[in-house]
Amino acid sequence: MKRGKGRNRKGWLANAALCAAALTVIGALVVLPLGVILAEAFSGGWRLWAASVAEPEARGAILLTLAVTALAVPLNTVFGVAAAWALAKFRFRGRSLLLTLVDLPFAVSPVIAGLIFVLVFGRSGWFGGWLAERGLKVIFGTPGIVLATLFVTFPFVARELIPLMSEQGSEEEQAALSLGASGWKTFFKVTLPNIKWGLLYGIILCNARAMGEFGAVSVVSGHIRGETLTLPLHVEVLYNEYNFTAAFACASLLAGLAVVTIILKTVVELKGARDAA
Amino acid sequence: MNRLKFKQNSVLPGFGLSLGFTVFYLSLIVLVPLSALILRSAEGGLEGFWRTVSQPRVLASFRVTFASALQAALLNVVFGVTVAWFLVRGRFPLKRLVDALVDLPFAMPTAVSGIALTALLAPNSALGLALARLGVQVAFTPHGITVAMIFIGLPFVIRSVQPALADLSAELEEAASSLGATRAQTLWRVVLPLLAPSILSGFTLAFARALGEYGSVVFIAGNMPMRTEIASLLIITKLEQFDYTGATAIAVALLALSLLGILAINLIQARAARHWGN
Amino acid sequence: MSISIRQVSKTFGAFRALDGVNLEVPSGGLTALLGPSGSGKTTLLRIVAGLESVDEGTSGEILFDGQPVTDNPVNRRQVGFVFQHYALFRHMTVFENVAFGLRVKPRAQRPSQAEIRERVQELLRLVQLEQLAQRFPSQLSGGQRQRIALARALAIQPRVLLLDEPFGALDAQVRAELRRWLRHLHDTIHVTSIFVTHDQEEALEVADRVVVMNRGRIEQVGEPNEVFQNPATEFVMKFLGDVNVFHGRLHNAEPVFTGEPAAGDAVRLLVRPHDLTVQMQPGDGVSLQARVYRVLLAGSLVKIELTSQGRVVQVHVPHETYRATPVVAGQEVYLVPKVSRLYGAEAEAIEYVI
Repeated sequence: MKRGKGRNRKGWLANAALCAAALTVIGALVVLPLGVILAEAFSGGWRLWAASVAEPEARGAILLTLAVTALAVPLNTVFGVAAAWALAKFRFRGRSLLLTLVDLPFAVSPVIAGLIFVLVFGRSGWFGGWLAERGLKVIFGTPGIVLATLFVTFPFVARELIPLMSEQGSEEEQAALSLGASGWKTFFKVTLPNIKWGLLYGIILCNARAMGEFGAVSVVSGHIRGETLTLPLHVEVLYNEYNFTAAFACASLLAGLAVVTIILKTVVELKGARDAA
Repeated sequence: MNRLKFKQNSVLPGFGLSLGFTVFYLSLIVLVPLSALILRSAEGGLEGFWRTVSQPRVLASFRVTFASALQAALLNVVFGVTVAWFLVRGRFPLKRLVDALVDLPFAMPTAVSGIALTALLAPNSALGLALARLGVQVAFTPHGITVAMIFIGLPFVIRSVQPALADLSAELEEAASSLGATRAQTLWRVVLPLLAPSILSGFTLAFARALGEYGSVVFIAGNMPMRTEIASLLIITKLEQFDYTGATAIAVALLALSLLGILAINLIQARAARHWGN
Repeated sequence: MSISIRQVSKTFGAFRALDGVNLEVPSGGLTALLGPSGSGKTTLLRIVAGLESVDEGTSGEILFDGQPVTDNPVNRRQVGFVFQHYALFRHMTVFENVAFGLRVKPRAQRPSQAEIRERVQELLRLVQLEQLAQRFPSQLSGGQRQRIALARALAIQPRVLLLDEPFGALDAQVRAELRRWLRHLHDTIHVTSIFVTHDQEEALEVADRVVVMNRGRIEQVGEPNEVFQNPATEFVMKFLGDVNVFHGRLHNAEPVFTGEPAAGDAVRLLVRPHDLTVQMQPGDGVSLQARVYRVLLAGSLVKIELTSQGRVVQVHVPHETYRATPVVAGQEVYLVPKVSRLYGAEAEAIEYVI
């Protein structure tokens, strides 16, 4: 398109102003905090960083976080696939209610999410007495952390898959069945390959939240050192003890996780878009 | 058979299995625990509930939480629309990178964001000192709470507005100009009405997220009762004192208020949609 | 393999898609289910395939060669189904799409890798797309996708082949070509086939038997020639081609088509454009006054547009006939039907317009 010189210059200025404004917002709100974490984490040199990350309590927190994630993510993934199959491929009474209920955990604040498990399994909770008699500990123990994590990461996979599978319809599945495939074969050979990028996307988000959850886990954990501290809780404890360098060293691991998450997310988005085209 | 009425028949298998598992798992993880909240709050009776939530400290925490969340969501509309506009219309070599960075507040564990923002804005930090010279203190004041809520809410507005803006055909704006509209008129009368629903839903998401936010706020807030103590923190404080009834009452009130807030915004959105005919 | 459809009904909510349909499809034929949208033709095809079930609590049945298959689920009915939008597996190559039905067979019946390869190659040769084996569906044209969908359906050696609007999503030229090709293919493989279409020309040209459907019921079954020449109902007559409708009344058991209102039952006279002759004088039987509006000479037939009773009438005549009695716009003439059909009040009103 041919444009006048004045117009061109005005367009250039507008674009420059827009870029400046947007980059200021992103720079101040996103890049600066990320930079602070790295600066603080390595303020004592990388040896100190390594020592803070490798000391036994930090290692314990990392292991607990990994264990909780290893339980929560697969469970919510299976749930997400089952829920998406029922909700996207079938029409039945109560479907829209169920759709709302699946999203419900996103509307509940993390602290309340922790609280409800205390009310059920805590000392004076519904099953508190029963559990105490048998010497079982849910609240202030790993099971409580897993439950709270399951709750806050509950909708991630389902909410990614439901719109995707609704949009894809069920013609390919019908074709597979008409060619003699069983239900499971249809699912594994036709449905799963078609939703793989959406599924992966949901799992990545679910994983990031599971590893990073703070509020809900904080309520049920009891902050027992070396026992019920996940990595984010460990960061909190160190920070509150004014052990800033160690706190930021551990925080930098979680920040790294966040960066890896958005990289993977971008890659998966690109792959998914390419497959859809 | 009854089943036929319940579900439109389909040849695809696995309905019973997938629905059964979905309902079972949903009940186990979400519905039963949430019902505990409702049932336990009823135990104290309406009077007990009212006694808890009408305490000045509790009321103050609600005021702080809602005011900061509202401020943050409003500012996020300005920031979010700017960034979304840049991502869709701007010309910049590293746009892809900026686009990816937008999700960082969402992917970042909240505790990490909390300590990062605190370190950035603490009175003894470079930025904190510079702001102090201007007479502004952010960390450990209500401003700090707002900043943290802006941080965590920003991606919601951007990701709501961005696709709507991308769908906006340039032809519409060209049509408006060809009919003699100035740039400002085009923006105000054509572009804004079309973006309004997505802006409002981004606002709602950011607002709702800010109301319940805990991790990124609690470090920077200072947590002074009556002044910078948010409702979520007060729930934890009550729990640590083993005041389950109090914690439950505050939680129910917070949940109810935020649902009411979201409902009100949805009503505005429905009315706006009717008004603008989309 | 013959197919028997007995008393099949299907309701979707309050909508009655099929209303007690009975139909015999002889072995080896190519049958068209023809009707407007909403006539129930696709639903019937899907019920034969097992992709929909008959209404519960009714005695509806589907039989293949006299054996009931109503309770066989679709994956055990061994039918080849070609979907309107092909439903090719987008993540598989053409080769893998065609091989799918062989690969998912239970281990005991599954052919070896070599046999699968050979069978797929053979099918790709049959649909003349061997060179595209390694492509993905997104890289194919509409017509190619349709042929792959057909090859995939044939791979399982289906007892019957069912095609839902096989040419619906294609443009006119590919459509015509693929039509001839499908007819030719059917003559080579002889598998009992049913296809659904809303295009009467397609049904009449491709099928050996045409089943005309309307509002969940069968209006007429017959060879293309028979349903075209001898439409059983007013609906079939209107649906199978262009028709001129003249409104009149019965007077002493004679239909009267003059403009003034006469007593007697209302009747409609249906005449195809090529069954009308244009004369300067009224004939012995029914003659209808008309005024020439326009004459179109371009084309294989001369198309004369006239107005009669305030409506537009189309007449198609060969060029030599026109040269013998030429007419010009504005001229008053008489229309005499060679072949026509009269329908009275009992024929149900049809929304289908000419």
